[in-house]
Amino acid sequence: MVPTSWYLALSAVLFAIGAVGVLVRRNIIVVFMAIELMLNAVNLTFVAFARQLGTIDGQVIVFFVMTVAAAEAAVGLAIIIAAFRNRPTVNADELAVLRW
Amino acid sequence: MHGGEIIPTSTLWLIPALPLAGLLLAIVFGDRKRLVTIVAPGVVGIAFAVALASVVTLLRAPAGARLVDDVYPWIVAGPFRADVAFRVDALAAVMVLIVTGVGFLIHVYSVGYMAHDESLPRFFAYLNLFMFAMLLLVLADNLVVLFVGWEGVGLCSYLLIGFWYEKDENAAAGKKAFVVNRIGDLGFVLGLLLLAWSTAANGAISLDVAHVEEHVHLLAPQTATAVALLLLVGAAGKSAQLPLYVWLPDAMAGPTPVSALIHAATMVTAGIYMIARLHVVFLASPFALEVVAIVGAATALFAATIALVQTDIKKVLAYSTVSQLGFMVLALGVGAFATAIFHVMTHAFFKALLFLGAGSVIHGMSGEQDVSQMGGLREKMPITWWTFLVGTLAIAGAPGFAGFFSKDEILAHTWGTGHYALWAVGAFTAGLTAFYMFRLLFLTFFGELRAAPEIAHHVHESPPVMTVPLVILAALSIVGGWVGLPEGWLWGPAFGRFLAPVTGHSALGEHGAGVETALMLVATLLAAGGATLAYVFYVRMPGLPYLLAWRLKPVYELLVGKYWIDELYDAVVVRPYVALSNLLWRIVDQMMIDGAVNGVATTVLANGQLWRYVQDGNVQHYALVFLGGAIALLSYYLVR
Amino acid sequence: MGSVTFFLLATALVVSALTVVVHPNPVKSAMALVATLFLLAVEFVFLGAHMIAALQVIVYAGAIMVLFLFVIMLLNLSDEEAEARRRGRALFRIGAWIGGGVLAAELAALFLRVPFPAPAAPPAGYGGAESVATALFVDYALPFELTSILLLIAVIGTVVLAQRRAS
Repeated sequence: MVPTSWYLALSAVLFAIGAVGVLVRRNIIVVFMAIELMLNAVNLTFVAFARQLGTIDGQVIVFFVMTVAAAEAAVGLAIIIAAFRNRPTVNADELAVLRW
Repeated sequence: MHGGEIIPTSTLWLIPALPLAGLLLAIVFGDRKRLVTIVAPGVVGIAFAVALASVVTLLRAPAGARLVDDVYPWIVAGPFRADVAFRVDALAAVMVLIVTGVGFLIHVYSVGYMAHDESLPRFFAYLNLFMFAMLLLVLADNLVVLFVGWEGVGLCSYLLIGFWYEKDENAAAGKKAFVVNRIGDLGFVLGLLLLAWSTAANGAISLDVAHVEEHVHLLAPQTATAVALLLLVGAAGKSAQLPLYVWLPDAMAGPTPVSALIHAATMVTAGIYMIARLHVVFLASPFALEVVAIVGAATALFAATIALVQTDIKKVLAYSTVSQLGFMVLALGVGAFATAIFHVMTHAFFKALLFLGAGSVIHGMSGEQDVSQMGGLREKMPITWWTFLVGTLAIAGAPGFAGFFSKDEILAHTWGTGHYALWAVGAFTAGLTAFYMFRLLFLTFFGELRAAPEIAHHVHESPPVMTVPLVILAALSIVGGWVGLPEGWLWGPAFGRFLAPVTGHSALGEHGAGVETALMLVATLLAAGGATLAYVFYVRMPGLPYLLAWRLKPVYELLVGKYWIDELYDAVVVRPYVALSNLLWRIVDQMMIDGAVNGVATTVLANGQLWRYVQDGNVQHYALVFLGGAIALLSYYLVR
Repeated sequence: MGSVTFFLLATALVVSALTVVVHPNPVKSAMALVATLFLLAVEFVFLGAHMIAALQVIVYAGAIMVLFLFVIMLLNLSDEEAEARRRGRALFRIGAWIGGGVLAAELAALFLRVPFPAPAAPPAGYGGAESVATALFVDYALPFELTSILLLIAVIGTVVLAQRRAS
């Protein structure tokens, strides 16, 4: 039986990778994917904790996270399309008009 | 002197409240001229009736009684207490009748004089406000209330001098009156504070007149002198005495009824009234009283000499007012407080008459004020001429007229108290007064009209609304003095006896009636001499004044230049003050205060300029900072 | 599941996750993400979450990733163009990687020092469709219904945002 903390450590690594992706990638669609990665890393902890505690609640939370992720992906991608119409780029560096 | 029966009343508040109501109505119905011209004199007339009723009540009461109307406690702060309370004793009775009576006549006169003015409702609003403040002043049973009235009349004076504010010099004259009065008022306030502080007794600090009279013995001699001199500064400001008289001649910039009401009959006598009201303080300091007498005599002479050569009809009357106020102050200084008030009364009659007469002349001359442009107005303005003649005779001291009795009583008291030098000054000034007043009379009403034809064509007598007050005032200028006859004549000094419970009795002592008659003769002869000289100069031999002016050029120029006092003040006080203000403005205000404020703003701005580059719009940069925060938080949990 | 299986699976997960982050081609990144999601579904199965694993494959790998690919193709994006030279960009990347590493290390250290007891054996049917459905439609009925509102709003928002403006 693999200890729960190993799963948690794995999720930490995946979360950090996702975070780095958010930071370094300039294509905002890829940035979006990195965010999905982070969400999934957190899902892993929920499921791991659910097993540790012997309850089903953690899994239900994962269900909700998926729902939110679906909604977020739909809206986020719509925003990207709208932004792309105004400025034909998905480069995060160039979408930096909200500043001094 | 104090004590006496107190008769509680509850109607005195009406007297000042009525003009206040008139003011409010003038404000609300400011666009209805006719209504205002009825209401504004009307309320003053009613106030006069109420005042008359109060005085009748007072006369029926035993001598020394006073009516008191304690309206409500105004300030109660620890041991200090000031009530809004009004009193009518003999002194206040005289003043309140003068103020409401003469005030009423002048209000009526103004209806005619100001009829063609666009801002007539504003004028009457100011006049009513003035009446309110002046009545507050004379009726006050408490010096704090008196001070409110004192400041109020000063404000109205300022407003009315600058009434025609479209002209810069009028506004400047108002400002000058206000600023010079501030100097006097500072002395007055300091005097009141010192008085309140040093008459505190039994854990009570009060400026009630009765309290002050009762505890005046607590004043140390030096304190009494200090208080009296400070009060004198206040009186000198308000009553245009040396060295603070400079505002009054300029105050003639206001409409003529204002000059008559405020700057001749009522407000300028506030200083005299105040000293009479607080005469117990002055009696506690013989030195201060002596100073008062000297200031008065000096002012009387000084102003009279300037009046000799003025050519503006109102300026002559203005300097004459300063001079007559000097006479009143002289009377105060020799301890003849009742006599001073007597002269206040007669002066109110004849000087209001003279000013209103001058106003009538100016009205008829289409606004011309220079006597060198007038002349021969006897036939064209008969009522004005006759009343003006009465006023001139009254002020010059022709026997039987009002000014004769009051002025001679002043001179008699000056002699009687041993001030022989001051008597000489006074008597000489009486001669000067006769000269300059008859000069004015002859230049205005005798000879040929010297005005331009288009003005000459328009010269006309004023309407009845203006001439009726003139006639009434002329009658008062004749009979007004008969209430104070010399000792031994018919009913004698009834006026003095009436005031005696309040102001004390100032007997002529050992000199007796014979000396008074002799003095009277001397003064009358001097006045007659002055009048005769004026007749010779300005009717018989009109070339003589020019010759004299040419021969005595330096003296003449000194007088025409009014002793260069304004220029002196400008150089000694105004310019250094302006320079200091400029210095403070540039260094303290602009450099230090503005510098500090702007410096803070600049620092914040620079800081913001620096840090705004953090906000570069790149979300990933923000996210990195976010990551740093998360790491810091985790580090905290790890090492905890 | 033995340690060996776990480590093999974990290595595969990390590699595919890194591929998502570093691959210059967004389509390849998306494919790597699909792989990652599948591998996570396997982990869920090992953790007894059968129903969630199924949903993971259907909703995530199926629906959401299709949306991603659709948008990528809609915008017709090729390889990410060579990094435009920007001052401080390299430094920023290094900082981001170090920060990510520290974050992973710290989180892992925090988790690993917690002595979790061995979990009890799950009850029969744990993580199956029935047990998840019971929890979802009984205990979490209200949040579940609210979810439908959230999705409705998302649909409306998407339509409004993505529609072509009538010019």
